[in-house]
Amino acid sequence: MKQENTIMENQNFRPLDLKKKMRLGESVIQTLLFLAGFLSIFITVAIVYVLGKEAWLFFGNPDVTFAKFLGTTEWSPGIGKFGIWPLVTSTLTTSFIAMLVSLPFGLAAALYLSEYASPKARSALKPILEILAGIPTVVYGYFALLFMTPLLQFIFGEGVQVYNMLSAGIVMGIMILPLISSMSEDALSSVPRALREGSYAMGATKIETSLQVVLPAALSGIGAALIIGISRAVGETMIVAVAAGAGPNFTFNPFLAAETMTGHIARISGGDLSYNSIDYTSLFAIALMLFLVTLVLNLISQGIINRFRQRYE
Amino acid sequence: METNEIPQYSIETKDLSIFYGTFKAVSDVNLLIEKQKITAIIGPSGCGKSTLLRAFNRMNDFVPSSYVTGKVLMGGQNMYGANIDPVEVRRKIGMVFQKPNPFPKSIYENIAWGARINGFKGNMDELVEQSLRGAALWEEVKDVLQKSAYELSGGQQQRLCIARTIAIQPDIILMDEPASALDPISTLRIEELMQELKKNYTIIIVTHNMQQAARVSDYTAMMMLEKDGSRSGTVIEFSETKKIFTNPKDKRTEDYVTGRFG
Amino acid sequence: MNSNHNHYPEGESLRRALATRYRNASIGRVLFFSALVIAILSLVALLYNVIDGAFGYVAFEYKNDPTEFTSKPLDDLTKEELLAILKANLSSGAYTKLDNEKPMEKRSRSVLYTLLLERLIQIDTKQTWSLTDSIFRSGEIKAEVAQKYPEAKLEFRSWLTPVFLTTPMSSKAEFAGVRTAIFGSLWMVGIAILFALPIGTGAAIYLQEYANKNFLNRVIQTNINNLAGVPSIVYGMLGLAIFVRTLEPLTSGSIFGVTDANGRTILSAGLTMGILVLPLIIINAQEAIKAVPDSLRQAAFGVGATRWQAVWHHVLPNALPGILTGSILAVSRAIGETAPLIVVGASTFISLDPDGPFSKFTALPIQIYQWTTRAQPEFHSIAASAIIVLLVLLLTLNATAVLLRNRVQRRY
Repeated sequence: MKQENTIMENQNFRPLDLKKKMRLGESVIQTLLFLAGFLSIFITVAIVYVLGKEAWLFFGNPDVTFAKFLGTTEWSPGIGKFGIWPLVTSTLTTSFIAMLVSLPFGLAAALYLSEYASPKARSALKPILEILAGIPTVVYGYFALLFMTPLLQFIFGEGVQVYNMLSAGIVMGIMILPLISSMSEDALSSVPRALREGSYAMGATKIETSLQVVLPAALSGIGAALIIGISRAVGETMIVAVAAGAGPNFTFNPFLAAETMTGHIARISGGDLSYNSIDYTSLFAIALMLFLVTLVLNLISQGIINRFRQRYE
Repeated sequence: METNEIPQYSIETKDLSIFYGTFKAVSDVNLLIEKQKITAIIGPSGCGKSTLLRAFNRMNDFVPSSYVTGKVLMGGQNMYGANIDPVEVRRKIGMVFQKPNPFPKSIYENIAWGARINGFKGNMDELVEQSLRGAALWEEVKDVLQKSAYELSGGQQQRLCIARTIAIQPDIILMDEPASALDPISTLRIEELMQELKKNYTIIIVTHNMQQAARVSDYTAMMMLEKDGSRSGTVIEFSETKKIFTNPKDKRTEDYVTGRFG
Repeated sequence: MNSNHNHYPEGESLRRALATRYRNASIGRVLFFSALVIAILSLVALLYNVIDGAFGYVAFEYKNDPTEFTSKPLDDLTKEELLAILKANLSSGAYTKLDNEKPMEKRSRSVLYTLLLERLIQIDTKQTWSLTDSIFRSGEIKAEVAQKYPEAKLEFRSWLTPVFLTTPMSSKAEFAGVRTAIFGSLWMVGIAILFALPIGTGAAIYLQEYANKNFLNRVIQTNINNLAGVPSIVYGMLGLAIFVRTLEPLTSGSIFGVTDANGRTILSAGLTMGILVLPLIIINAQEAIKAVPDSLRQAAFGVGATRWQAVWHHVLPNALPGILTGSILAVSRAIGETAPLIVVGASTFISLDPDGPFSKFTALPIQIYQWTTRAQPEFHSIAASAIIVLLVLLLTLNATAVLLRNRVQRRY
């Protein structure tokens, strides 16, 4: 008691100083934290710079012309063939097949989980999708080559090559399914309960409510999921590297082997690759295309999601 | 009540109790809701007004673990009976919610959708116009029928919700605090509309606004938590609105309507 | 209004209309659920496919007859006898080399046994069968082997054995193991997390606690979300250009005096993987920090704490389980990633344990990729075994993350 008194008294004599103090430690820490945050910008810039620089060298090569790049259909930079199309067509084919699998099934799974499943069923079923989402893509590659391809050969006969885009595309679809389903489920469950009640109060059945009221209301969120799914399919490497085939092939036939953009990068960079060769720079040109395509898709998807959130909050 | 008699009441409840799992939310309600009248349910918050209202069109079915005991009779049939179709119940008993909840579709589609799923075979344009006129909205929206319902004001949206409800031609309209999210002018328009609607429909309205109950309703049910501390709500007094507000029998009703409590 | 009344179905037609609507409703329910069934079936098929490959009958022949080395049945040989056989029959150069890698006396019996099979008797695998075939067609298989390879032995083998886990690479599937790959993966992930965890947490703290809503900070946030969606192979290209090539003196260790090295090292791979998981760690840490109630910060400010004091003493300790959960998820992502490792040049044949950040290395998913793409079926079997190892590793990590997450959820 006595001691406290003295402290109080002393404080009365202390001059009051509310001026801003220079806290050096605080400023240093804040700067470091800012730099950590800013590093992400630096990484993006580094990606653009590195890919852009090598791609510039590639397109700067006198043998490479835009006419060849976009006007011919053979890709083999080492021997002067610069037609990008075979890599693009196979990327499109595998991604398209993947979306054909993942969108309807992912959406249906999301509808079931968000509109039908009891909380108990949901907590039992969702981990299964999470496990599917957590399996490394190289394992999916094994599955595509050693399970899906034999299965497809059994169904469609000899026309299915050992390496083929159909198998890779289907398995890629299975891989993307959990992503589509969880993003769509988020979109569906953010549709306000009041809308569902309004629909039921009109005498609608569950499926009428789900498909005609909830689904349209969540459509933009589902669109965002679709776009992210496409971006994921375009950028996926290991499944196509293992199962779609080695060697560019200008075809849309899903039963045939054809190398995608990512598969091509993986195969060429996995071998002996000397810096400054046309092979080396061509990979960066492909990677730059990949980066730009996925970047644009991701930005669109994010924009949609932000818009969607504002609407229901 | 015998099923072959023509019932003079729209809804009759017999010892209706509503449970959420083991929790008894509403207990032992006995009400006779008269046809083509407005019946108000009032009471302090949390006493189960909305729960009771939602029991009238089986909206509580969507709350897992909820169930009722006792009966809710409509046209002599117990709507919780074994052969009763909840979808058809809701078609006959429409509902307007606290916050306007139009569908994210055009104004036209908001009305046409409910009619279509219920198998409407007549002239849709006519039905839309009649329903919008019935909800006193036609003049305001007749030129913008294809616009999104979300572009309407809150009061207009609520009248659109009323319009889509009368489009499916129910016998009864339930209103769950339909004006609580609206400004005073919109509220007034809804109240006027209710007076129009009661010529064709039986209306049951839940409100926490006692002036509103006094203004619009013919009958009033006063709800309160049971005295035994069980947190179940029940109807403590039910009679003509005039009586409830001028000469209540129950002391608690008197305290509540005179503002001494709640 | 009443003029329309007869347009709604009544009576019998109403009953039929309702029946149709209910039928549609149940069809829809079944259809939606079947999507989940397909997901479940895919998972089951995948796991079955892997397990099916990792066990089964093998028909093989000995190139050199075991009786040339010993009269006892091979399984009965003791460790000392094995040692003696190896000493007597291996060339002295080969024996000394093995002894230098690890003294022979200190090796276990199973390792010596493997050496005997690998170096002296030498196995020639004729054919392998899947687990399903081995179980359901065992009679046929036996007859087939007796007819096609009269000299061969048929044995039921689990390709996944303790020896598989502890042996380094080998060019023969029968003697290959994942030891070096596991070590490579661990080193790589360790470096990645050492790099990404502090920076990622720092960035998350900055964005949640310090950043105001100006243009720059919005750009940073959007940018992080976008980085999370960049294909992993693009990170590989970044790593190749920056860590492997431009920073070669650093990543190869040559400025630290390491000779005979290029930039394709564990360090390059670890840093590449660190950059890859950085957005994941930031986003998870942000969520964890967001979940810390504001009242805590206000209480700290109320007693005169600075921003950093509030963060360091109150926010971080409370967000820590969430941040750790996020890092575990990042680790499992890094362990399974394959494409960037291929690009930055993980080697496929590494028989020595990595001994530091400047070693060449291989990793589990690289081995799986390499073995899956080989033509010989016995390599598919060891690929399947390596997949089981990888999946068990991931399952353990994720179970830990789930446990941590549940503990956090219970707190608030």
